[in-house]
Amino acid sequence: MEKVKIGTIWLDACSGCHMSMLDMDERLLELSERIEMVYGPLVDYKTIPENVDVFLVSGSVSTDKEMDYVKKIRENTKIVASFGDCAVTGNLPSMRNPVGTRDILQEVYSQEGNPCSQLPGMSEDTPLPRLLKRARPVHEVIEVDQFIQGCPPHADLIHLIVSELLEGRTPRRGIRTMFG
Amino acid sequence: MTREIKIDPVTRIEGHAKITLHQNDDGAVSDARFHVTQFRGFEKFCEGRPFHEMPAITARICGICPVSHMLGSGKAGDELMAVRIPETAVALRRLLNYAQMVQSHALSFFHLSGPDLLLGMDAPAAERNVLGLAGEHPDLAKKGIRLRQFGQELIEKLAGKKIHAAWVVPGGVNKPMDAEVREKFLNEIPEAMAIAKEALDVFKSIHDNFEREIKSFGCFPSAFLGMVDSDGHLDHYDGYLRLIDADGHKIVEDFLPSDYDSVIGEAVEQWSYLKFPYYRKKGYPDGVYRVGPLARLNVCDSCGTPEADTELEEFRGLSEGRPVDSSFYYHYARLIEIVHGLERIQQILEWPDIVAKRVRARAEANALEGVGAIEAPRGTLLHHYGIDEDGLISYVNLIVATGHNNLAMNHGVKQVAQEFVKGDEIQDGMLNRVEAIIRAFDPCLSCSTHALGKMPINIELYDNKGEKIAEQSSGL
Ligand code: SF4
Repeated sequence: MEKVKIGTIWLDACSGCHMSMLDMDERLLELSERIEMVYGPLVDYKTIPENVDVFLVSGSVSTDKEMDYVKKIRENTKIVASFGDCAVTGNLPSMRNPVGTRDILQEVYSQEGNPCSQLPGMSEDTPLPRLLKRARPVHEVIEVDQFIQGCPPHADLIHLIVSELLEGRTPRRGIRTMFG
Repeated sequence: MTREIKIDPVTRIEGHAKITLHQNDDGAVSDARFHVTQFRGFEKFCEGRPFHEMPAITARICGICPVSHMLGSGKAGDELMAVRIPETAVALRRLLNYAQMVQSHALSFFHLSGPDLLLGMDAPAAERNVLGLAGEHPDLAKKGIRLRQFGQELIEKLAGKKIHAAWVVPGGVNKPMDAEVREKFLNEIPEAMAIAKEALDVFKSIHDNFEREIKSFGCFPSAFLGMVDSDGHLDHYDGYLRLIDADGHKIVEDFLPSDYDSVIGEAVEQWSYLKFPYYRKKGYPDGVYRVGPLARLNVCDSCGTPEADTELEEFRGLSEGRPVDSSFYYHYARLIEIVHGLERIQQILEWPDIVAKRVRARAEANALEGVGAIEAPRGTLLHHYGIDEDGLISYVNLIVATGHNNLAMNHGVKQVAQEFVKGDEIQDGMLNRVEAIIRAFDPCLSCSTHALGKMPINIELYDNKGEKIAEQSSGL
């Protein structure tokens, strides 16, 4: 049987959703017989591949680079899932929104006595991704097929949804879990 | 013409980063930078919130070490309340901290760095991950997963959730421990200890294969910072901060975490969202120091538990008693700390009062400023809060482990790139080594880019003899 191609990514996220995925423990090894991890922070690929079956996207869309990532993911993937509350609602990352991009950078980095005259991420030729005006939930930017809620979603819920997708079934969008 | 080589994103680390290398015409690397590419500004929205919400909020800074933030934050809250918290609560918090250290170190060794160490730096990229490891060494990979699970389940049973629990509160914890939980984990310790020791044996058996890496993976003399108790033993929960130089001598007298600002300054570079803390007196960028498992084992007089101390002695043999210089040995130090953590977990569980019911002191805010410090898996973590008369947060500063190591990681990247990345044809294994040095530090980047708030500014000018010429401060 051909393996199902799964990608995962964290955007503006705390890594907790991915840790919860690892909390499947040995079940992860069982799943690995049926899936191929084609992208993600736990494997060594540097570009978003084509023809992905399922992509779990954790975190909010916060920078220009993350915007490019999700668009590419949408283009190359059959089923895109918003993975965790940061992706689903904007959760904690979106709490920076009322402050504004320039103000927040200014407040963090511009201090007298620093050897650097420019704020990180602000110069024309910055090597860093630029902050978008707002951190946004994923479905505001691309179409999303599946929502996996929780902060983080429980390992059992992740297991359930991934197993269903492997069977070719689509679980009801947004199975409710407790907040937090 | 210099050629720029990018590694983007750096994989098998926590958080977002990329590396750029500059290569000369003659094929040698002239410069290298480790860019942290994530910015979140997390603490800004804490302003105006009640201080007792902070442990649960700041836990969400990081999914790997939420426990460290909960504890750092809870301890800062204890200071704000100015209470003495029940002894059982202190022991339970320590227990939680060791559980996290075990799971986080297991993750670093088995899930993140294991593929490099056990499959080899030049293994095909498609296999260099924990599933590839499971294909090649199924038994060991399963044991690694099991060891992490031991830590995660202990956290869950104590705190109610594996990730982002809300159990630690200013004044203690919000629920005592059940007697069954104690039994369960006492029974499981021997299995976990056997895995930790096996991992140590494995590391020692492969360590000779990495001679070149050991010499170039951030192998340079530097200062080290870590927490010790009043007897100089390793302590991950409370005590003094100790800063030693590359020869192992104390640079300053051991100091209280609340005095951090007089010792540590923070610089900013426009090419990274992560700040660069440095030892003030040496200035920036010379004031480089390292934190984390390697630093802790270098600064402490001893671990204070028998099995870990035996291992520590052997570890110190690597450098004939001087601090161990190579950042490659973070891996080794991490495994010794797992052994130590398991010994401590056993001691705490065996203490009769650990199941006592009084686990929380209650009070309003009684002080306007508090600093909570803890050794997170990756190094010293500081939470510093100011509040107003109503107990609402007015100021937040965090210095996280990975920040302390930022200068050292940059040194390390350059050193390893100069050793391995040469010529026109760049091979994957060369670049993987450049990433592997970062993995040795085991950075936690979503943590490190949250630091935000009105930082107290303190500028000091020293002449070339180290004499202070001028000082100016503002802020708090
Ligand atoms: S949803 Fe929660 S666990 Fe997941 S990335 Fe966001 S804060 Fe972390």
